Amino acid sequence: MKILVSAKRVTDPDARIRLRSDLSGIQSEGLEFKLNPFCENAVEEAIRLRDSQGGEIVAVSIGSEDAGTELRRALAMGADRAIRVAGKDDELDSDLVARVFVKIIEAEKPDLVIFGKQAVDGDSNQVAQLVAEYLGWGQACFVSHPEGSAGMTSQTPGLKVANGKALAVREVDGGAEIVEVDLPAVVSADLRLNEPRLPTLPNIMKAKRKPLDERTFADYGISPTLKVKTVRYSNPPERKAGIKVADVDQLLDKLTNEAKVL
Amino acid sequence: MSKILVIADHAGGQLRKGTLGVITLARQIAARTAGTVEVAVVGHNVGSVAQAVAAYGAAKVYVVDSPELEKYTAQGHALAVAEVARKAGATVVAACASTFGKDCMPRVAVKLEAGMASEVVGLGTGAGITYVRPMWAGNVLGEVEIATPVHVLTVRTAEFDAAAPAGAPSPIEAAATTVTAAALKQRMLEFRPTVSARPALTEARVVVAGGRGLKSKESFQIVYELADTLGAAVGATRAAVDAEFIENDYQIGQTGKIVAPDLYIGAGISGAIQHLAGMKNAKVIVAVNKDEEAPIFTVADYGLVADLFKVLPELTGKLKARKG
Ligand SMILES: Cc1cc2nc3c(=O)[nH]c(=O)nc-3n(C[C@H](O)[C@H](O)[C@H](O)COP(=O)(O)OP(=O)(O)OC[C@H]3O[C@@H](n4cnc5c(N)ncnc54)[C@H](O)[C@@H]3O)c2cc1C
Ligand SMILES: Nc1ncnc2c1ncn2[C@@H]1O[C@H](COP(=O)(O)O)[C@@H](O)[C@H]1O
Repeated sequence: MKILVSAKRVTDPDARIRLRSDLSGIQSEGLEFKLNPFCENAVEEAIRLRDSQGGEIVAVSIGSEDAGTELRRALAMGADRAIRVAGKDDELDSDLVARVFVKIIEAEKPDLVIFGKQAVDGDSNQVAQLVAEYLGWGQACFVSHPEGSAGMTSQTPGLKVANGKALAVREVDGGAEIVEVDLPAVVSADLRLNEPRLPTLPNIMKAKRKPLDERTFADYGISPTLKVKTVRYSNPPERKAGIKVADVDQLLDKLTNEAKVL
Repeated sequence: MSKILVIADHAGGQLRKGTLGVITLARQIAARTAGTVEVAVVGHNVGSVAQAVAAYGAAKVYVVDSPELEKYTAQGHALAVAEVARKAGATVVAACASTFGKDCMPRVAVKLEAGMASEVVGLGTGAGITYVRPMWAGNVLGEVEIATPVHVLTVRTAEFDAAAPAGAPSPIEAAATTVTAAALKQRMLEFRPTVSARPALTEARVVVAGGRGLKSKESFQIVYELADTLGAAVGATRAAVDAEFIENDYQIGQTGKIVAPDLYIGAGISGAIQHLAGMKNAKVIVAVNKDEEAPIFTVADYGLVADLFKVLPELTGKLKARKG
């Protein structure tokens, strides 16, 4: 089975992101970058499937040269080769990213494409669904492994692939859905799908020699026009810390007489 | 002139309240663009949903009711939504940022050759219509411009007041769909609902949330007891869900539910940015944590530095005593 996975470079998910004082963008000084957590789940799931069924994993990122670092991480986790398409984050929208993936998918012909549910910088949660619709494929998004939830047991895998079909458990409002999708299919991974592995040192060394192709939009005949553009940034309303109360009685008094919510 | 089509969110023949927040945003867009608001209900046996949503002043309520749509699939529902959007001549198509909206609406955007803004929280203040949306777990607000003739939106409904009923009931019009379930590349085999008698997390006036500090599924019980005394919904952090204290449906945050109740009480929760992303717009925030340095205190109106195993039962007891 051939699997294509996404490996986006994002700002450290735990960093407190702040805007520059002129509001032109985020303060990137001293900021660390990581592989998008949801993409880690996608790569991990791809590795498990390949290791049990054979095949190849191609990791893809659209980004600046630095994005090669996160592709190397995906390779160190276990992906077989990588493709980076040159692009700047502020010159991308989910639709353009999706159109690039569509071209790569048409060229690579994978059986399964696994994305992260969302990128933790833009929080758009669109690319997997867009790609599936552009290709006319079925999708299983927000795939998870909700152990103990909604009657699932730890024996219920989040994603199974057999007989030309993917069987997936989706986390949705009000419960869990079990869906079947014909291959080739698009999947998006939620954080509880699996526990992503840490690359070992020997695998980090090996990853340096795995192929990483560098491409451009022009190679795929894509015009990099945007449908959605961020034209301004602003700070969300600041919430001030309130007071500390001494005990339950004071808390009840404040909630009743000051906040009037009880 | 714009035509805003609101896609109703529903489950089990009931209109989901979030839809009323989308109608509020739709009315705001209509007011600025001399536009009209219409609603579409898509599914099977959804007559009761159409009746319910017809009370909110839409110029028309379209009903796309077909046995082929009985079971939700992104592929099938996106086709039906795009068909009714074309029929209506919609220039803006908006749905709740529920798992339905997030899953289905990007596919609708492709069909309508539209740009899509996710989790809209408001409109920009400039001349044209722009949409404000949270990025980086809500640490930044971005204002986005959509360059295509049609705009597709999902709406973070906790940010909008529910629309009030208005005027005479809207006329209801049936609309057709070409969806045939057998032709789709995906099928829903089973839906396993989370069963709870408590108020829905995203609709409750009061939310009591528990974190890893609750220690175990058994001791999480004290969160339910406080919630039941307050008639509140129960929420949790990702850490509490991962530790299997509670089901995933109750997670609040960047990757869970977004809540904005009148009162949020969080116990044993450190206040990671991803959790704050889901609750910092509550009107009043109460935090109980034994660590006075916990980041949740930076957003709490009332902080209590104490052991939750002592505080929660005491709070429950005193509230019960008050009620008599
Ligand atoms: C991409 C991504 C997305 C995420 N999405 C979400 C999300 O949607 N929602 C979410 O919640 N998290 C999310 N997280 C996880 C988040 O980063 C934190 O790990 C999580 O919120 C921590 O949960 P917690 O506060 O329960 O646990 P902890 O951080 O471990 O905090 C437990 C707290 O309990 C206190 N405590 C312990 N015992 C007691 C006691 N007896 N009395 C009083 N206080 C006590 C401790 O002092 C501590 O502050 C996400 C993370 C990532 C990377
Ligand atoms: N520039 C990119 N390069 C590679 N993958 C991406 C990129 N942008 C988005 N993705 C993938 O698409 C998913 C959804 O992204 P988004 O719609 O931007 O939230 C992410 O989790 C990634 O897996």
